[in-house]
Amino acid sequence: MAQRLLLVSTIMAFLAGLAIASFAGFREFLPGLLQGALITVEITVAGAVLALVCAVIAALAKLYGPAPVRWLAITYIELFRGTSALVQLFWMFFVLPHFGVRLEPLLVAILALGLNIGAYGAEVVRGAIIAVPRGQWEATIALNMSRAAALRRVILPQAFVAMIPPWGNLLIELLKSTSLVSLITIADLTFRAQQMNQTTFRTVEIFIIVLLLYLAISMIITVGMRALEAKAAGAVARGRAH
Amino acid sequence: MTAPDSNGTPMVRFENVTKSYGSFVVLDGLDLEFGAGEKVAIIGPSGSGKTTVLRMLMTLERINDGIIWLDGEPLTHMERDGQLVPANAAHLRRQRGKIGMVFQHFNLFPHMNAVQNCMEAPVTVLRMPKAEARARACELLEMVGLGDKFNHYPGQLSGGQQQRVAIARALAMRPKVMLFDEVTSALDPELIGEVLNVIRKLGSELDLTMLMVTHQMGFAKEFADRVCFFHSGKICEQGPPEQIFGAPENERTKQFLSAVLEAT
Ligand SMILES: Nc1ncnc2c1ncn2[C@@H]1O[C@H](COP(=O)(O)OP(=O)(O)O)[C@@H](O)[C@H]1O
Ligand SMILES: [Mg+2]
Repeated sequence: MAQRLLLVSTIMAFLAGLAIASFAGFREFLPGLLQGALITVEITVAGAVLALVCAVIAALAKLYGPAPVRWLAITYIELFRGTSALVQLFWMFFVLPHFGVRLEPLLVAILALGLNIGAYGAEVVRGAIIAVPRGQWEATIALNMSRAAALRRVILPQAFVAMIPPWGNLLIELLKSTSLVSLITIADLTFRAQQMNQTTFRTVEIFIIVLLLYLAISMIITVGMRALEAKAAGAVARGRAH
Repeated sequence: MTAPDSNGTPMVRFENVTKSYGSFVVLDGLDLEFGAGEKVAIIGPSGSGKTTVLRMLMTLERINDGIIWLDGEPLTHMERDGQLVPANAAHLRRQRGKIGMVFQHFNLFPHMNAVQNCMEAPVTVLRMPKAEARARACELLEMVGLGDKFNHYPGQLSGGQQQRVAIARALAMRPKVMLFDEVTSALDPELIGEVLNVIRKLGSELDLTMLMVTHQMGFAKEFADRVCFFHSGKICEQGPPEQIFGAPENERTKQFLSAVLEAT
């Protein structure tokens, strides 16, 4: 795993070097594109936090909530999984103002993408909770722990480990979907690239840089999640009976 | 047959308890009593309902009919306006605190070391200060012979050691009744002795009511005050070990015991 990461990083560094060497446009476009990339990262990070919170709440509500709460969670999950992120973005940006709700574009971007990924994440969280062996629940009952304490202290910490790899995928989905926000006037990486392209027509140089920047951000996510997984799995693997 | 405590009230009483899964009746009108401090071995063929009896008592399974009494009070029910109604969560939690259980597959918390496993419930449930809970956890781990394994995680321990941590973890909640469900069945043969020795020690040093489902007939004979033989969800025969093992009266008991003896 580590060797493969190293290999990919090396190839990327080589490509990046190639880009620097080959394109005079690098110096010209990079600063502007980096500004866009910063917005992209901001939306990704804030969206990820929102998605995680929504996912945990929706999963717990669907699993353990009373009927009305459960239905609310199911509605949220199905609504946001069943419609496209772009439509959700447009709804919040163009339709809500007709009902008197006018939000900042950046807020709309974070809300729409966070809620969207959160709906997928809810199923990931739910699956990981269900996968914790029954015996763990039974032990908490035999020790007279409340259900809330059992979840917080015993079930979720174990479910957490199983959740990390699928969350890595979801975060990369989130990163990729941030390019949609260029359609609601936010100057993210994609938006900047299109703007520069329209004024300079140096398409190849601009989009090679864009590609490398997206790839770099997703590599950071992958490496970060791998590290988190190794750390968390280490803690539980010590505990798992061989 | 039972050894009632000073008030004459049994510690545990099953009163006409019925348990079924769908249309399959596992236990049909079970009446059974366990006295305070009594040590009872429950034996019988696989599928005869032994585990179900312990799980109902631990409130892991709901009963369909009848009442289970614990320490002079109803467990599955509670009193309201002079009537017995099904217990709510608060009542269950109050009564359940008097029972501890050790499982066949240990069910230790894999992300906590031995001491943390034993501290968890005293801290989160009994609100015991951490220092006190830790001291008690260490004391109990010493008692089960794991004084040198405080910081080991379950995966770093042998099956026998894990099961001894599980016993210490249950004792940390100071139960009056301890349930053991085939606690040596998942162990390699050479590790069974160390777990049985610990159980023997609890029996002599602590004032516990102990109910154990077991296939270790030798241990049951030497340890138990009474042996209950289950067959098809009913108590076929019960009595002191000398009687059950020495001169069983029931045909089914005889068959079962000779089959078990043949296997060993
Ligand atoms: N969750 C369940 N659903 C359906 N049947 C069950 C369930 N648990 C136990 N049983 C059945 O109840 C009977 C008694 O089971 P159990 O108490 O585990 O027996 P023992 O411990 O004596 O082997 C068995 O026939 C078993 O198949
Ligand atoms: Mg059983």
